[in-house]
Amino acid sequence: MITLKINGKEHSVDVDPTMPLLWVIRDIIGFTGTKFGCGKGLCGACMVLMDGNAINSCQMPISAIQGKEIVTIEGKTENLQALQKSWAEFNVPQCGFCQSGQLITATSMLNNNPNPSEDEVNGNMSRNICRCGTYTRIKEAITHCVELKNKG
Amino acid sequence: MAPIKNISRRGFIKGIGLASGGLVLASSAYSFSNFGSKEEDILEFNPNLFVQLNSNGSLILVASRSEMGQGVRTSLTSVIADEMEADWDKVIVKQATGDAKYGNQNTDGSRSVRTLFETMRKMGATVKAVLITAAAKSWKVPESECIAKNHFIIHSSGKKIGFGDLVEIAKEISIPENVILKDPKDFKFIGKKLPSIDVENLSNGSAVFGLDKRVPNMKFAAIKRCSVAFGTVKSVDKTEALKINGVLDVVEVPMLIKAFGPLGGVAVIATNTWAAFKGRDALKIEWNYSKNTSYNSETFMDSITANVHKPGKVEKSIGNIDNAFKKANKTHEATYKLPHLAHAPMEVPNAVVSVKGDICEVWAPIQSPQAARREVANFLETDQSNVTINVTFLGGGFGRKAKPDFIVEATAVSKAINGPVQVVWSREDDIQHSYYHTVSSQFLKGAIDKNGKVTGWLHRFALPTIGSTFTPGRDLPQPWEARSATDVPYDIPNLQIEAGKADAHVRIGWLRSVINIPHGFAINVFADELAHEAGKDPLEFRLNLIGKDRIQETKDAYKYDTSKLKHVLKTAAKNAGYDKQLPEGHAIGLAVHYSFYSHVAAAIEVSVTNGKLTIHKISVVIDCGTAINRDTITAQMEGAAIFGMSLAYYGKITAKDGAIEQSNFHNYQVLRMPNAPKIQVEIVNSNDKPTGVGEPGVPVIAPAIINAIFKATGKRYRTLPLSDHGLV
Repeated sequence: MITLKINGKEHSVDVDPTMPLLWVIRDIIGFTGTKFGCGKGLCGACMVLMDGNAINSCQMPISAIQGKEIVTIEGKTENLQALQKSWAEFNVPQCGFCQSGQLITATSMLNNNPNPSEDEVNGNMSRNICRCGTYTRIKEAITHCVELKNKG
Repeated sequence: MAPIKNISRRGFIKGIGLASGGLVLASSAYSFSNFGSKEEDILEFNPNLFVQLNSNGSLILVASRSEMGQGVRTSLTSVIADEMEADWDKVIVKQATGDAKYGNQNTDGSRSVRTLFETMRKMGATVKAVLITAAAKSWKVPESECIAKNHFIIHSSGKKIGFGDLVEIAKEISIPENVILKDPKDFKFIGKKLPSIDVENLSNGSAVFGLDKRVPNMKFAAIKRCSVAFGTVKSVDKTEALKINGVLDVVEVPMLIKAFGPLGGVAVIATNTWAAFKGRDALKIEWNYSKNTSYNSETFMDSITANVHKPGKVEKSIGNIDNAFKKANKTHEATYKLPHLAHAPMEVPNAVVSVKGDICEVWAPIQSPQAARREVANFLETDQSNVTINVTFLGGGFGRKAKPDFIVEATAVSKAINGPVQVVWSREDDIQHSYYHTVSSQFLKGAIDKNGKVTGWLHRFALPTIGSTFTPGRDLPQPWEARSATDVPYDIPNLQIEAGKADAHVRIGWLRSVINIPHGFAINVFADELAHEAGKDPLEFRLNLIGKDRIQETKDAYKYDTSKLKHVLKTAAKNAGYDKQLPEGHAIGLAVHYSFYSHVAAAIEVSVTNGKLTIHKISVVIDCGTAINRDTITAQMEGAAIFGMSLAYYGKITAKDGAIEQSNFHNYQVLRMPNAPKIQVEIVNSNDKPTGVGEPGVPVIAPAIINAIFKATGKRYRTLPLSDHGLV
């Protein structure tokens, strides 16, 4: 049995300790907002927050997660919720499939750097692929969110 | 692309009645003839669309087309709501299952809005008329004294009644045969920027994509397919696979040689996706490789290039091309070579299927739910009425998910294990077993007279045809695959378009903007080359090449209008600052193309520093007739620009001994944020009927980049991707 803390709740699962967190979240616990995109840590669709930092959950064996705080797209944190609001304002998603990962990466960036420069936004967000090509809107939404927070 | 058939007004309203407490209005409006010829033999056309008004005022509008990011669930339903004078906050969008009663549901060919706009308007207007009649009747006043506004019918005296409160009375009202549509100046949603009705669900993880569907007792499966197209299983040793924790079973999946047939292989069934993948990797399979083991991309490119360097099948001939070359002051020729592409939607192909005896239920991200229903029914040898296709959100489609092969194979697995299963493709499966965008070689030759005017244009292309997927062995293009070359909008007296032979060795399919990618590339780059040869400015030269204002002769109901083509080109150039002084080393390249009945131009500003390309800004202008949702159109142009950049920068699928060499996003790269430039989109104001939006933004991007690089550096690149040239 491995106990995980996801979105503030504990879940005990009886699985192979080498199973990546992604599949535990999606197939065992049943949160499907975290997406499978490549299985190799290349596309960022599977991003979750581990102690506030974005990780590719498809690359993280569940044995390495014990004692860590995991937040998925279904979770609630100040930065995530502010970004989600901004996402809606700029009508960012097209198909939406990558947006969980995009939002988690953006949240992680703002957790660590409340005022990212454009280069820092590009650098952080380069971990995530959007095949629909919503990059310019993602960037606008992040910028807007930062501006609002600075005003607030 | 065939015209729309006449509308039978009498057939417009099929029935009205009460269902689950609401007023249901169904329409059997008319048949559309189909786009192109790629599906013409396989679809039924019997549209039947739905509006349901509930007594609590909630309004259920059915989206008959699949949502894959193009905003169709919002655009189509907003048209009904607009004509109906409905309150958008009361609208609930319900996704249609795959059923012929909805008419053609194929979500491809950039066709949803352009083919359904009028139907949706009439649907909304009819409901509004019924509600006005109902209110007038209950108030005993003339209908002419009543108007509809924001979900209420309002009498001139000021009294008003909510739409929901009229449901009981409305069901007794006979349906008007003729309805008056709104004056476009009164549109509330159409032509505005309505946000996606799904934006919140798509930002909080709650939208259910195919991969997210769960049903009780569902198992997970992964399938090992032969690395060479149409290879079959000789033997399988499943011992090691069965030892993996979570693996339940191993079953063979049959191969069906038909357009949407599964490739076949060996499926590993497990309690979770990861175990299924691990089990799949542990299989030991011997294959009967097919004749496609001979497929090697390099030698194949040489062979189709040889075929365009000699006469081919004449698709179009005007004047006398040989004489034009003889008389020319100057001739110029170029050969363009473009590789296969894979769609790589962020959500891999997948399907949940539950077969119980004769009954089958499917949940899948599918662009063609009716084709899926037909193929599943055929596979199970059951009636289509026993098959339900539930359409989930699609995590991207781009044409890949128009082919329901992945649903048929999941059906085979569900049947074999006698229970519900989700078949999940890995990214490697997706890249290596796709229906690939075709590989192409094109030869163009131009004749220029002493005044710098183009007097001759020869365009030969050879590319494996999508027709080969439907008719194995076909090695020449279908008529619609020649059209984007034969419809070249240049006013040239001697013109010849020819097709060379090309065999298919992988499944060839349609990918966002399809044949317009290679044709749009060659036509736009070669025109730019001719401008240089003629010593003219590319914009001025191109406008002259397009020539006088005229409607190009096509077989379509839509107008291919050279004045629109010139307008979008001039506007894109202007928006990009074509006439302005640019920073040192910067240059703007142009391209303009007509596809899916829309006129689109791009002007792209680049610079090349230390051998590396930077794209600074993309200016896109589209004339798509009446704009339904301006924000969606803008988003589609932005997305198309990124899609076009991805294929220009990195897009390349190659085969060695029949097996695809790329496997995941490390060697089949797509654009990421640091390379995404500023994208400015202008939508031409128009009251003409709406035309395509999802695809026509793609074909102009790569050629405009190539033309810009030439202007900036003097180097002409005639092959893609640019990563092969070390530019990115």
